[in-house]
Amino acid sequence: MTAEQRAKSLGVHLVLIAYSLLAVGPILLVVMNSFKVRSAIFGSPLAPPDAATFSLVGYEKVFRSSHILTYYSNSLIVTLVSMALVLLFGAMAAWALTEYRFRGSTALALFLSIGIMVPIRLGSVAILNMMRSAGLNDTLTALILVYVAQGLPMSIFILSEFIQQIPRDLRDAARCDGVPETRIFFEVVAPLLRPAIATVAVFTIVPIWNDLWFPLILTSSDSTHTVTLGVQQFLGQYITDWNSVLAALSMAILPVVMIYVILSRQLIAGLTSGAVK
Amino acid sequence: MANLRIEHLNKRYGATTVLKDINLGIEDGEFVVLVGPSGCGKSTLLRMIAGLDGVSSGDIHIAERCVNTLAPAARGIAMVFQSYALYPHMNVRKNMTFGLKFTGVAPAERERRVAEAARMLRLVDLLDRYPRDLSGGQRQRVAIGRAIVRQPAVFLFDEPLSNLDAALRVSTRVEIANLHRVLKATIVYVTHDQVEAMTLADRIVVMNNGRIEQVGKPLDLYYEPANLFVAGFIGSPAMNFFDAKVETIEGGRARVAGAGFLNLDLPAASLKVGDTLTLGVRPEHLVRGVNGPFAAEGIVELVERLGEASFAYLRRVDGRMFVAEVRGRRTPSRGETVTLVAAAPDVHVFDASGIRVAMPIASWSDGAIVQS
Repeated sequence: MTAEQRAKSLGVHLVLIAYSLLAVGPILLVVMNSFKVRSAIFGSPLAPPDAATFSLVGYEKVFRSSHILTYYSNSLIVTLVSMALVLLFGAMAAWALTEYRFRGSTALALFLSIGIMVPIRLGSVAILNMMRSAGLNDTLTALILVYVAQGLPMSIFILSEFIQQIPRDLRDAARCDGVPETRIFFEVVAPLLRPAIATVAVFTIVPIWNDLWFPLILTSSDSTHTVTLGVQQFLGQYITDWNSVLAALSMAILPVVMIYVILSRQLIAGLTSGAVK
Repeated sequence: MANLRIEHLNKRYGATTVLKDINLGIEDGEFVVLVGPSGCGKSTLLRMIAGLDGVSSGDIHIAERCVNTLAPAARGIAMVFQSYALYPHMNVRKNMTFGLKFTGVAPAERERRVAEAARMLRLVDLLDRYPRDLSGGQRQRVAIGRAIVRQPAVFLFDEPLSNLDAALRVSTRVEIANLHRVLKATIVYVTHDQVEAMTLADRIVVMNNGRIEQVGKPLDLYYEPANLFVAGFIGSPAMNFFDAKVETIEGGRARVAGAGFLNLDLPAASLKVGDTLTLGVRPEHLVRGVNGPFAAEGIVELVERLGEASFAYLRRVDGRMFVAEVRGRRTPSRGETVTLVAAAPDVHVFDASGIRVAMPIASWSDGAIVQS
C-alpha cells in the first residue's frame, strides 16, 4: 500500500469511526447510565458505572412499579405479527405485480408507490375515526393494521426489485414441471428471496418497535401500551424518574439489537446483492 | 411419444409480428433442430410449443390434440433451458422429483424414474448434491434428467449447450444424440450453432426473420439450399457469392458473366437474357487449378491455418473478398494471385429474389470454361 492509499484509507476510516461514535454514543450513554445511582447520572453522566455508583435501582423500580412485562409482550406481539403480515402480503403482492400483467396492475403499483411518499401519520385523525367506528379502539389489532399498511408499500417496492432478479427460466421451468402458481411462489421464489426478506424485515421491525405516535393515539389502557409508550409514565411533568426511564429504554433497545445481529448477515447480502453481480 | 403439428402459427407483440405463418410437421420420434440467427424467432417458437408464450393465431397440435390453450404441464412436454434453470435450493434428487409431486406420480414411481435417469446420465453419485456444487456439464445433465423423469411426449431443448465450453459441448452433444437413440423421443431443439444442428438433426428447420426459410435433412440443406439465406447460413466459412448476369442464350445454354469469375455457360433452364443471378460456391469446393466450369481469381490477402485445412481470403478484381479452403501443407502466400475452380454441381445458382434455380446437372458441359 502506498502512502497515499494509506492516507486515503485512514481518512475514510476516521469518517466511519466518527459516524459510528455519533450513532452508538447516545445508546451507550443510556445503557451505561441505567446502571448508575441517580446522583451519578447527573454528577458524571459520561463516566461508566463503578463500584460506588453501580446500582440496579432503575430496573427494580421498572419491574416493581409498572406493567413492563405487559408492555414488552404487547410490543413483541405487535411487531412480530405486523412483520409477518408485511412480509407475507408484501412478497405476494410484489410477485403478483412483477409476474402477472393484469388490468390495473400499473395503476396498482403506482398507488402503492404513493404509500412510500406520503407519511401514514398524515392520516392519523382518519385512522383514529376508522378504528373507533370499527370498534378496534384501544386494541393491539388496531396497531397491527396500521403498521401493516405503513410497512407494505416499501416492502413491495424492495421485494419487486429482487423478484425481477430471479431468472425467468426458473419460473418457466417450474411451470413446465407442472408446479401450481402458488407453489411456484412459496417453494421456488420465496426461498430465493431470503436475503431480501431479511432486509425488509429489519426495515419493517425497527420503526414499528420504536413507534410512539400510534400507540399514543390508538391505545389508552395499560393492557395495550407498548414499551415506548410505557416508558413515558416515568417522565413526569415535574419529576422525572431517570433511573427507571433509562432502565426501561435499555430494555427496549435490546430486542432490536438482537434481531439486527441475527439478520445482519442476510441483511448485508440483501443490500449488496443488487449492486455487485 | 407423439407427433407435433404446427399450422399457420403467428406471434405478434403489439404491432410487431415475430412469427409469420409458421407451418411445420414433426413425426413421432423425430429429432428436429430449429436454427437461425439470433432474433429469428426460433426460441419464441419453442416457447410457444411449450406453452410459455401464447399463440396469436394458428394452431399447435401435440399427439393430434390442439394444445393452444393448455398449460405447459398439460401438454406433455418437458423443456431444457440454456441456463439449466435448476432450483438452486434443492438437491439433484429434489430437482428431478419436484415437478412429479404435482402431477400425481406415486413416490415409489418417482424414485424409480430418478434412479433410471440418474443411471442413464451418470448422476448416481451426485443425487444429494446441490446445483452450486456441480460443474456446468453436470448441471446440464441434471436439467436433462429433470426432463426425462417427466416422460414427456415431446422434449424441448433451448440452446442447451451454449453455456458449456468447447470440449464439453462436443461430449454433451454426443450424449444427447445417444439419448435420442435410447429414448426414441420426439425432440425439438433450438440452437444458433449450425454444427449442433447438422450433427444432431434428422431434419433442420432454418429460420430467419420470423419465417421458415427451409426444412430439410442436414445434407440436403448443405447441397441444395433453397435460397440465399440458407446457402449463406449453413456451412462455415460461409458460401462465397458472386453477382452475375445472363448475357446471351444460345442453344440451350446461358452465358453468364460477372466480376471476379470467368465467363461461364449454364444450362439455360428457366433463365432469360438480362436476368441478374447470384452464384454461390462453398470455400471447401474451390480447388486450385485452371480447368473447371467455374473459375475465380483473386489475390491472397490472408491465410488462416487450422491444421487439417487452411482458409485463404482472396480479393477479387472488383474489390470484394472470397474464401477458399486449401488442403495440405503447402498454402498460398500473401500477395499471390491464385485461380480456383469448382466442379459443376458445386456451383449454386440463385435468381434475383434469392431463390435457388434448379440446374439439371447432366446438362452441364464439362470444362465449359470460356475465357473472357
